[in-house]
Amino acid sequence: MANIIGGITTSHIPAIANAMANGLEETPYWKPFFDGYPPVRDWLNEKKPDVIILFYNDHGLEFFIDKKPTFAIGVADEYHNADEGWGIPTIPPVTGESELSWHIANSLVEDGFDMTICQEMKVDHGLTVPLNLMWPGYNYGHVKVIPVCINCEQHPMPQPKRTFVLGQAIGRAVASFEEDLNVVVFGTGGMSHQLDGERAGIINRKFDIECLDKLVTDPEDLTKYSNLDLVEIAGAQGVELNMLLAMRGTLIGQVKELHRNYHAPISNTGSGLMLLEHTMPEK
Amino acid sequence: MATNETREFPGTYLFDSKMAKKGYGLNKMCYSFNNQEARDEFNADPDAYCDKFNLSDAQKVAIKEKDIIAMLREGGSIYYLAKYAGLLKLNMQDIGALQTGMSVDEFKDMLVKNGRGDV
Ligand SMILES: [Fe+2]
Repeated sequence: MANIIGGITTSHIPAIANAMANGLEETPYWKPFFDGYPPVRDWLNEKKPDVIILFYNDHGLEFFIDKKPTFAIGVADEYHNADEGWGIPTIPPVTGESELSWHIANSLVEDGFDMTICQEMKVDHGLTVPLNLMWPGYNYGHVKVIPVCINCEQHPMPQPKRTFVLGQAIGRAVASFEEDLNVVVFGTGGMSHQLDGERAGIINRKFDIECLDKLVTDPEDLTKYSNLDLVEIAGAQGVELNMLLAMRGTLIGQVKELHRNYHAPISNTGSGLMLLEHTMPEK
Repeated sequence: MATNETREFPGTYLFDSKMAKKGYGLNKMCYSFNNQEARDEFNADPDAYCDKFNLSDAQKVAIKEKDIIAMLREGGSIYYLAKYAGLLKLNMQDIGALQTGMSVDEFKDMLVKNGRGDV
């Protein structure tokens, strides 16, 4: 049976890609951020997961607002990055995992989550930055990735309570997959930030840390927030908390926090890195 | 919450159904800036390129004056506008400074303070 062995939260902002491309990891500005990653990399290299399910949002590379899926899942054998318009390096292809992807897609639709199912999708920094953070030097080709994309750009967008149960449904789908595979789930993005308007630049450190705490001990409590609550408390892009919640939803057994590094600011946002070990529920 | 709840957040331009409709052409143009050929075509003749996407007069003025707040008011989504910002070689702190009326250094200082939890 496929087994979710852990969940990870990480930032995915493009500035990280620039910092890595320019070798800035050890500079005073970036060091406190990058210093959080080695323990997570070590854990991944030790556990060697076969598959990463990665929650992210597409910031306008694959999806335009001509047709904007609320939830999309990739079922391809390979995914490509492309020029996003502002000069971060385009990175090598990402390996997919079509069988488990289709199994999850089938199971989700059966379960009442009407996914957009994608056999081709360009993946943007939301997906590529976390992979390169975990396996620097673009050394992520060996791991198979299942992209799950959540609309965080255009209202109406799915509410936290919905993304959390989507995660739970994916957790159940993985548990019902026959093949023995080790799976780690990434929830990427966040945390508090606002890019637009005169209110640009808000970061809510206290709320971010509260969210990380709650993600460990009481994720369901975070589903009391609506997206508009999040806009108010954590800024217009604070709604990216939805990806972290979806990740946490997949962890339907027992979790244990192994590592955490909160640092703010990087670029315009707070960064919450956390590694949760997961034990699947008894069958 | 109610299905069609709207709330005002001062200094925030929620990208909702109204904005998505109003800003469609503007966002479509900015989305095209994912491609180098589109960026080159825009740079060669900005007005002609704006016309290709049927931008309103207000949107064209906002683009010409690099007025991010005006673009937001005219239905721009920050995610697509960011691609226009990229074409202008502006980063997110430059954009933040432009929108808040601060210098880039002042804006960065504010981020550091906010990040520390001083406010
Ligand atoms: Fe994002």
